[in-house]
Order: sequence, then C-alpha cells, then structure tokens
Amino acid sequence: MRDDRIYSDIPGTYVFDPQHSMQGYHLNMFCMSLNQAENREKFREDEEKYLDQFPLTLEQRQAVLTRDWVGMLRLGGNIYYTFKIAIFDGLSMQQVGAAMSGVEAEAFQKMMIDGGRPIEGNRYKSEWDNNG
Amino acid sequence: MANLFAGIGTSHVPGIGAAVDKGMSQTDYWKPLFDGYEPAREWLAKEAPDVVILVYNDHASAFSLELIPTFALGVAAEFQPADEGYGPRKVPVVEGHPELAWHLAESLILDEFDMTIVNKMPVDHGLTVPLSITCGQPEAWPFKVIPLCVNVIQYPQPTGNRCYQLGKAIRRAVDSFGDDLKVAIFGTGGMSHQLQGERAGLVNAEFDIAFLDDLTRDVDRLVKISHVEYLRESGSEGAELVMWLIMRGALDDDAKEVYRHFHVPASNTAAGLIILENP
Repeated sequence: MRDDRIYSDIPGTYVFDPQHSMQGYHLNMFCMSLNQAENREKFREDEEKYLDQFPLTLEQRQAVLTRDWVGMLRLGGNIYYTFKIAIFDGLSMQQVGAAMSGVEAEAFQKMMIDGGRPIEGNRYKSEWDNNG
Repeated sequence: MANLFAGIGTSHVPGIGAAVDKGMSQTDYWKPLFDGYEPAREWLAKEAPDVVILVYNDHASAFSLELIPTFALGVAAEFQPADEGYGPRKVPVVEGHPELAWHLAESLILDEFDMTIVNKMPVDHGLTVPLSITCGQPEAWPFKVIPLCVNVIQYPQPTGNRCYQLGKAIRRAVDSFGDDLKVAIFGTGGMSHQLQGERAGLVNAEFDIAFLDDLTRDVDRLVKISHVEYLRESGSEGAELVMWLIMRGALDDDAKEVYRHFHVPASNTAAGLIILENP
C-alpha cells in the first residue's frame, strides 16, 4: 500500500486508486470473467489452465490459487472483483471479511450483530501500532 | 409537466436481495430490517410514481475496468438483471422511460454535465435491491426506471458537491419535461461499511445518523465531506453515500423528512432508508 496519499494512514484499508488499478488490471479482469457461466465451468475444471489466459504476475496467480484475499487486495485487486472468486467458492462477504481480518467466521458475524467493528481505535494506523 | 416530488435514500446490500429471493425476510436475522421497510413500501404504493430515477453503482457487472464512466445514464426501453456470478436475480425486467431519459441526457449535457449515454446495460443488485426493498416481489415493477449509474468503485469517485450539483441539474431537466409525469428519485448505497482489508466490518452509526439528520438540517456539511473523511469515518465503501446527494440535490432546499429506518447489520453493512418529500 502506498504511503504518500492522504488516506495512507487509514489502517487495514486498500484504496482502489490509480496505482492499484494499473497494478491489478489483469487480476480484476480475470475476476470479472467469472460473471459468465461458461467461464466459471472452465475455471472449475482447471484453475491453473484457466488462469493461463490472463497475464497475471506470479504473486497474483498464487494469491488467486491460495485464496489469499488480503494478498489479492495488496496486489491491485478490487474487492468487488475479487469477490467474484468468493461467489464462485460459495463464500459470503462475511466469511471473506473474517478471512481478511484474521478471525473465525462466527466471531466476525457476532461482531457485526453487535454493531460492527467500532470506529474508535480504527481511524489511524498509529492507533493499531500502539496496540501492538 | 413532469413533477419531481420526492426522494428515497436507501442502502442496496446484495444480502437484502438474497433474503427476499430466498424467502428469508421474516427470519430472526432479517425481520427487524424488513419490518422497517414496510412503511416505505406503503408510502410508495400510495404515492405511485410513474418514473423513478434510480441512482446506483454497478459492481463489476455492466462495466469493468475496460470502461469506467463517472456518470452513465440508461436510455433504453428495458434493462435485464445482471449475472453477478450466481446467475441473474429472478426479478422482473426493469422497464426504462426512453423519452424522459433522453430528455435528461440532452438537458444535462447542455447544462454542462457530460453524461455517458447507455443503451445496453445489465443492472445488478445496486439497482434491483432498492426496488425489492421498496416494492417487494411484484410480477412487474410498478413504475418505469431510469438508471443513473455512478462510478464509486474506482478512486476518485465524483465529489459530494459534484453529485449534489448534478441532482440540481436533474431537477431542472425534469421540470422542463412537457409530459405529465410523477417522478421520484432514489439515491442508493451506503451507509457506513467496509468490505475489504483487515478493517472489514467497520460500522459508524454515529456518522450515519448524523448523515440522515443533515439531509434536512445541514446539507452544506454533507456536500463538503471529503473522500478521505468518507474512507476513514464510514469505511472504504461508505463513499457510496455521494449518490444520496444526487437525490438530495434534486429536491427542494426545504424538503421534509417523512420516514427513516436505520438498522445494523445487513450482512457487513449499516442499512439506512430515508424518505424526503418536497413541501
């Protein structure tokens, strides 16, 4: 994540800005291709072979194959695009949110029912750093 | 003459649509949310607009990174529900209003808002969930819909002020349309939510309630909220609220709040709904 933008001090947040869009173009366009049923079938048959059609970097390819959801964001993925892979996997946004924030799905769901992740303590990276 | 009489702001969380489609709206989890939608449905059925201008955003359905229009106006006679990866939602086809839509396009562009004009555009949950929220499950949607699709996915989104000014230009356009039509405008998306990253699940109810309050009390404050403030305070996807400001801009300055509903959570999101009417 770049550190020279006015939003760079927000913790745990990957703004889909021009740099991310350049970096993640092919990754996101692969994700978009899963909107079509016949492409979902091809991806289901052989993920590696299907990915060969898209000029992804090795890191992006690995992140897709291992379902490294935060990794995909770091490598230019946009959540609305990478969520196409989650839909393909039969995952909910809450399950993916849990995976990205490093907790179990049940704990994440409970946090949401209890009012969501609070804003207090979550505005600035410095607030996260101070808490180790 | 066409009359733009009211606006609705509402979230468009896909899970809300799924709850309708799967008949789960009366489960313990969803019932409190849907109970709060009932008065809005009754209000809309009673008011019975002919046309709704529906401001929403596409989520990698009609548009991809190949083409990222900031403001895209749908002028077609119909819009098909999009396949977002699950197969299309089984909801009615969305019927457009080409005459008013083309009038909007012409008026807005000559008013210096450079709209992208779209004849073919599948519409995803951003557009169909607000219809489900406000109309339930009819055989056909009870009004024509003019989709106005706003880029809020690729940073930078249009500013709140630009959206608000666009709303004012929409109002001028509707006011100058000759046919007798009752027109409402929906601004959708939000409220606070963050789908991505380690901060996923962020909700800021205080921010949201102040936003609802200031739609009638202090619109100037809302119009000045910067992108970084949305990102920090309302989560990475909270800036969708700029679309509510298009709705607000199209109403009278002294529009009145007639109903609101706020509930946490709908999936990963704080869900809000507000109805504003011109005096």
